Order: sequence, then C-alpha cells, then structure tokens
Amino acid sequence: MNFFSLVLVNLLRNKRRTILTMSSVVIALFLFCSLRGVLDTLQASIKVGSESRLVTRNRISLIFPMPQSYWSRIAAVPGVKSVSVQNWFGGRDPVDPKNWYAQFGVDAATFFPIYARDVDIVAASPPQVEVPLPPGVDPKLAAFMSEQTACVVGERLFKKNRWKLGQTVTLAGTIYPGSWPFVIRAVYHAKDPAFGEETMLFHYKYLEQKGMGGQGAVGIYVLELSQPERAGDIAKSVDAMFENSSYATRTETEHAFQAGFVSMYGNVPFLIGVIGLAVVFAILLVAANTMMMAARERISEIGVMKTLGFQDGTIFAIVLAEAAIITLGGGLAGAFLAKLGLEGSAFNAGGLLPPMTVSWTTVTIGVGIAVFMGATSGLIPAWQASRLRIVDALRRVE
Amino acid sequence: MAIPISYNIRNIVQRPVTTLATGSGIAMVVMILIGAFALASGFQAALVETGSPRNAFIRRTGADSEISSGVSRDAANIIRALPEVATGPDGRPLVSTDLVVLTNLERVGQTGSSNVPIRGIDPASLTLRPQIRVDEGRMFGPGTDEVMVGKRVGRRFQNLGIGNRVKLGQREFTVVGHFVAAGSAFESEIWGDNAVLMPALDREGTFQSITFRMRDPARFAELKKQLEADPRLGVQVQTEREFYSSQSQILAGVIRAAGVFITLIMAIGAIFGAMNTMYAAVGHRTREIAVLLTLGFTPFAIWLSFLFESVLLCLIGGVLGCLLAIPINGITTSTTNWASFSEVAFAFRVTPLGMVLGLAFAAVMGVVGGFLPARQASRQSLAAALRAA
Repeated sequence: MNFFSLVLVNLLRNKRRTILTMSSVVIALFLFCSLRGVLDTLQASIKVGSESRLVTRNRISLIFPMPQSYWSRIAAVPGVKSVSVQNWFGGRDPVDPKNWYAQFGVDAATFFPIYARDVDIVAASPPQVEVPLPPGVDPKLAAFMSEQTACVVGERLFKKNRWKLGQTVTLAGTIYPGSWPFVIRAVYHAKDPAFGEETMLFHYKYLEQKGMGGQGAVGIYVLELSQPERAGDIAKSVDAMFENSSYATRTETEHAFQAGFVSMYGNVPFLIGVIGLAVVFAILLVAANTMMMAARERISEIGVMKTLGFQDGTIFAIVLAEAAIITLGGGLAGAFLAKLGLEGSAFNAGGLLPPMTVSWTTVTIGVGIAVFMGATSGLIPAWQASRLRIVDALRRVE
Repeated sequence: MAIPISYNIRNIVQRPVTTLATGSGIAMVVMILIGAFALASGFQAALVETGSPRNAFIRRTGADSEISSGVSRDAANIIRALPEVATGPDGRPLVSTDLVVLTNLERVGQTGSSNVPIRGIDPASLTLRPQIRVDEGRMFGPGTDEVMVGKRVGRRFQNLGIGNRVKLGQREFTVVGHFVAAGSAFESEIWGDNAVLMPALDREGTFQSITFRMRDPARFAELKKQLEADPRLGVQVQTEREFYSSQSQILAGVIRAAGVFITLIMAIGAIFGAMNTMYAAVGHRTREIAVLLTLGFTPFAIWLSFLFESVLLCLIGGVLGCLLAIPINGITTSTTNWASFSEVAFAFRVTPLGMVLGLAFAAVMGVVGGFLPARQASRQSLAAALRAA
C-alpha cells in the first residue's frame, strides 16, 4: 500500500464528513473570489479605452459644465486628433424609478469614431433618408444620425426592458426638467465589457436645444490623441489655456478619470476585503476542526501503524496530505466556480456593477489561501499524530 | 419525557476545542451580518438625522437631489414672505436659502479624490439648524472668505484643517473652524456665507434648496399642496427629514441586501461545519444513545435533545459574534452616496435589532445544521447501538 492510497482510504472512510468539509471550502473560496471579483471589476472599469484618450472636465467638479467654445480651442491643440463632448443627462423612468440607467448626450459624429474599438452596432433601424455620414461613423448608424431625438442603447439594457427598435422611450428629466421622448434607432454591443452595456447615448444637440435653451454647456470633453505618448504634455497645455478663465479645467487620462469614480467608493473596497478575510477565517476553523476530529478518531490506528514501522514523518505527511487534498480540491473548485460562473453569466449585481470580472490574480490568491488553509488546519493534528507514543495510542479504549 | 438540558450543556463543555472552533465559524457569520446592518443603519441614521420633521424642504420639481435642483431668487422671496413660515426671536423668518455644489478634493492617507458638498448659507439662518455646533475653531464670519468644515470630512481630505487655505471655484477660502451636527450628513460638508460663495462658484441667481421652519408642522400637507400648485415657483415640497431619508434608501437597501446575500452563502459553509461537529458528537455517543433508549427515552426525545444541542452550539457562536461586533460600533467610515453624488462620512451603528437578528440567524443555523445528525441519532436501533459498544 503506497502513501497516496493510504491518504485516499482515510479520505473515503467518512465520506459525508469529507464532502461536507470540502463543500464548505468550496463555498468559502467562491465567496472570497466573488468579493475580490467585485474589487477586480471596479479596477477593470478604470481600464476603459486606453491611456491614449484624455478627458477634460471643470476643475471644481464634474457637476460644473464648461462653455462650448472650448470645443474648437481644445481641438486646435497640437497632438489632439479629435474632440467629442459628453454630457450627463440623469433622466428617470417616470413609471418605475427603480429602473435606473445612465444616459449621456454625446456628439455622435465624433463620439462613435473615437470609441469605434470599444463598441459594435449590432442592430439598427434602416435609414429613412439618405444622409452623408461623417467619416468613421458606422453606416448602420445612419437612421440614428438623421434623427434629432434618436438614441442608441446598450444591448443588455435593450433586452432587459424588452424594447424594440423604433420604440419611443420617455424619460423625466431631473437636471433638465421636462418630459423627454427618445426613439431607439440602434443597439450597441460593448466589445470591452468595462464599457458597460446599460447606457443610453443620444444626440448632444437635442439636449442643448431642448434642455439648455440653445446655450451649450458641456459636461466633459473626450480627446483622442494623434500623439498618445505626449498625453501628459497635451493635458498640461489644455489646462494652461483655461487656467485664468472663469471655467478652469482639469484634463487627465481617461484611465485616471475613471479611477476617480472608483476612489469615490471610499472605504467600501476595504470593507469588502475585510469581509473576504472573515469568510476565509470562518472556514479555516471549520476545516481545522474537521481534521482534529478525524485525527482523534484514528489514534489507536496510528498506534498500530507506528507499531508496524511507519515513521513519524510519514504519519505527519499522511495527515497533512489529507487536509491539503480537502482544502486544495475545495479551493480550486470554489475559485473556478467564481471565475467561470460569474464571468459566464455576466453577473452585474442588478446593474450596480459592470459585468463582473474575476481576475486570474484573484483565482491564484484564492487557491493560495486554500493551500494555506490546508497547511494550517492539518498542521496541529499532523504534529499530534506524529508525536503520539505507541503506548498512549494503544492504551486508549475509544 | 425530555432529556434534561444539563446533559447537552455538559456535552458541549466536554469538548471545548471543537465547540470553540465550530462556534467561532458561526460567530464570523453573525458578526458579518450584524456588521452589514450596522453599516446600513449608521448610514441611514446620518442622513435621517440631517433633516428635522419641523422643517419644510423645497427643491425644483423633478430634481431628485439637491445638486440638480435650482430655485430662483424670486421664488425664494415669495417663500420668505409666506405666513406659514415661523419667525425667530428677532422677528426674522426662519428660512435658509442654500447654495449646494460639489467640489472635488484629494483624500488624506489614501490616493484619489471624491466629491465634497459645499453649502453656502445665509449666516442668520443658523438658528434653523440648532444641531450645528462649532467643535473647534470658530464660525465663519459673514461676508468673509472664511468657511467651516464638518468634523468628519475635516480629517479625511487635504487642506481642510483649521487654518488651511482651500480653493473653492475662483477664490481661496480659509478654514476657520470644524463643526459637528449630531453625526448627521452635514458633518460631511463645507459651510460658508452664500453671499461670498455664490459669485466664487459662478452660481449667482439660483439657490439649490430652500428650507424653512413651519409655524405649524401639522399643516404640512396643505402647505405642500399650496406651494406645489403655485405656478410661479415650480417646486416640490417634502419635510426635511423625508427628503434626507429618501436620499439614504437606495444605498442602505443595497448594503442590507449585499449583507444578507453574503451571510447566506457564508452560513451554508458554517452550517456544514456545525453538521460535521454534530455528526461526530452523535458518532461518539452511540453507546450513550443506547443507554438513553434502554432507560426509556423515546427516539423523539433523543432527536429533540440533539437538535437542541446543535442550536445551543450555534447560539454560543451567535453570542460570540455579537461580542465581536460590538467594537465595530462607532467606527467612522465613508463612501459616496450615489443619490447625491457626494461623500458621506458616518459611524457604524450596531443596533439591538441587528443583534437579535444575528442571534435568530444563529439559532436557524443550529436547527438546519442539527436536523440530519439528530435524526440519525434518534433512528439508531437499540441492538445496533449496543453492539457498537
């Protein structure tokens, strides 16, 4: 009988216990990886696009707009290839306030070419009139481009609301008062999941004319660079241009801009980390308890094995290996369940998060923790078993 | 006849390590549950206590938060002249016309920034909010470039210490004091004179909200109807308390739901641990069970006894979890309230209700975890049990 068959026999001796313990390790690691996955998802949301795009906003804070006259001035800065505008709308579903999603007024002629690598248009109404399209705009957007009140919505949002192309969706404005009808003319798919598929994009012009009395104020400018390696310098020269105006700006990479949102979560990521550790600790106790119970039941048996000539070290290794197999098996299953299950179902916590990603780092850390659990939970029983004197072991009646 | 409870207690005390290990697993689950509820309660309390039920809160129709609202100076004057507005001892109406904007500030001790609300008030209107108390330093002087900062953000963001200069919009302001407001969300704001802040922040002509003390809070419903119907105003009216508690509902709900979700999953793991322990307890006591059966205890009594033991084991864990959760009480933390898009600092609030809930949850875990092992114990045949001995 070799070493591993001994371990196997021990594992199978009390199948129920092995299964229960392993399942609790699976659950613990699933939960740990899911919680860390939330943090991964927040991190991934920073990585929308690349470092090669810049975002200009009002220096005081995002809620302050900038004049539209900045548009052409920013576009004239050397190194800037094109500039688009994006304005938060903040409309509400007048029927169901819980059905919340983000809406942005964008300058479609520049916005879609800039984000061409991030989104795909998957469905669109046929155009009613022939219109020349700006260069770089997907021809499928023709119907959207020729209609002032048209909008493009994310695929997930489209399916969730069971909308149809050509349908009119009416929102109640919160920042821009009034009732706002939008006609769905196209549906986009986010090639980069971090872009999010629960957003509505519509013409900035519509917002400007109906909501701002024709006086254009802009929430943010998105800058595409022809010389991405000079991003830092370009950001500085944009900000320098408006330094002493009444609308000073702050220009940063899109990456840093998104990171600003994650930073707004404050202590929440820390709390999530703490909960993850508590979960691991709780299950560590369960696993350790099981191993101790298992070893205790076998005291006389270990005495017999020692009498037969098994070395202390071998006994130690057998007990430890048993613990390691339970936790490693459970850990691998739990971590991969989180990775494949959450990513596969594109779980997004009811729209609170972008679709979840669980990074390989998280999976690795999870499996590492499982190995650590195995080592700690098996160590004391293994040590006790190896130290056991044959006389004491055989004297026990139990 | 039931098996005496002392039998269960002795059994639990007999194996302290196992009891402690299983109990601690349960304790972690209970602690997380209580912690999540303490977080939600703390956040909610901070916002609810911000508003007084005696004050009416006015914002533009359709605006779902203070920052997206706008009320004109003309409307403010109409409201100021209403007979329903209570007057102070000096005969002035108790009305606060507030400018509320956000400014993006860098955090202390943590990279990144967040949005902190700036509230410009009429200094004479402070009597409307008696909970505001200067904790350190002094109140800002009317008409000066001075501000005071809520104590809870004062330490969390750069340049908000007393004596620091902070740039708000076009001008630099001096922080002259830190104030407290009974733990409410006002403690997460920067306050100054709106006569100075409005031009500095380029917000002349409109206020974000108007708050006034009602002469007779019982007549609120009529007042609401009257103001909302007035075409000159275009506003919606709530009591101040109602408004702030509505601002807390979404996030508090999310925290509670997440807490329950996490603890439910975690509980399954802990229940498996309890099951292991109880199965082992049943296994060890085959002989004892046989003796109990011989003495004439019914299988039902044995089932009940083991189930009770499991509940007891989990309740020990539950109590331990409550004890572990107590130190969480009062710890301040902060996050962005997405309803107002701004940072709110608040303290965890461990409530008796949360603890009772935690204990009840522990008891349920005991029942679920002990059910099958107890059934196994009660179903042993006498002959088999005695032969095993």
